[in-house]
Amino acid sequence: MGLFSFFKTEKKKNTANLAKERLQILIAHERTDKSQKSPDYLPKLRDELVQVIRKYVHVSDKDVNVNLEKGEDFDTLELNITLSDNK
Amino acid sequence: MSKVIVVTSGKGGVGKTTSSAAFSAGLAARGHKTAVIDFDVGLRNLDLIMGVERRVIYDFVNVINGEATLKQALIKDKRVDNLYILPASQTRDKDALTKEGVESIINELKEDGFEYIVCDSPAGIEKGAFMALYFADEAIVVTNPEVSSVRDSDRILGILQSRSKVAEEGGAVKEHLLITRYSPDRVEGGDMLGMDDIVEILSIPLIGVIPESGSVLQASNSGNPVIMDKESAAGQAYEDVVSRFLGEEIPLRFTHVEQKKKGFFQKIFG
Repeated sequence: MGLFSFFKTEKKKNTANLAKERLQILIAHERTDKSQKSPDYLPKLRDELVQVIRKYVHVSDKDVNVNLEKGEDFDTLELNITLSDNK
Repeated sequence: MSKVIVVTSGKGGVGKTTSSAAFSAGLAARGHKTAVIDFDVGLRNLDLIMGVERRVIYDFVNVINGEATLKQALIKDKRVDNLYILPASQTRDKDALTKEGVESIINELKEDGFEYIVCDSPAGIEKGAFMALYFADEAIVVTNPEVSSVRDSDRILGILQSRSKVAEEGGAVKEHLLITRYSPDRVEGGDMLGMDDIVEILSIPLIGVIPESGSVLQASNSGNPVIMDKESAAGQAYEDVVSRFLGEEIPLRFTHVEQKKKGFFQKIFG
């Protein structure tokens, strides 16, 4: 261990680690974009929709259906809310 | 049983053609009848790297269009037995490549007893690159330890897994990661992505690591595949790649900084 190695290491930033972190985030994102799976925001969207609808009418969790379908030219976000008779 | 191997990367300038030349020359030198095809229509360079640029008469597209036979277009290497080069066309556009045309050439090579058919892919994810990978049984993905190269390799892996013929038929292309232009001292200094990090990110098995080496440029200057330079670290690393591809298990070389004895002043000043 040399006298000045302490100062040397402090000056130098480890950019390789930064590169790895950026790549891991980016590639994970790009892989999910490509796959045909439903996006991960769907469950949260569904919960928030239930809360908004409950302000006005009574619905249970299972009465709200959120579905995303991928088509050739466009994707369709389908909301299906079943209202029961007793308000 | 012949095998079609694509050498691909997505990004340009990472060493696809250098690797295709070295890999095919290495396979042929071990007695395997090997053809290497340049898929970079419009920008052929494999002929130059392999030193046969003055012997090109007919090309890939001439054969597809029936203007020449495959035998007329294949250039037999004068240094290595069993090695044949099919150059790309320099003038035509990429639409000259058709699935049917490429397939008929690959089938004819198989019938002629070629054991390995190495497809040197152009950069990008356009038609030429797609044609190079479509018929592949195995893929060598060439990656530099650098963010844009790693990202593009991941894109190409996605295409291999979804759009190649093997994938369409429900199978999987066997993937190999080849890291080139690797500088162990820069990795240890924290300036360059390490091989373990790249393997972790791309999660495909590593077939070799080629160190950054002046001998690669010297080899291309003289038109000799770098694998023929037995003295150079890069040449030896490519030999190891060929051995591993043929099933040998050998340890990686040239991936760590060689331990030098520190001098008196280095000891003190670090």
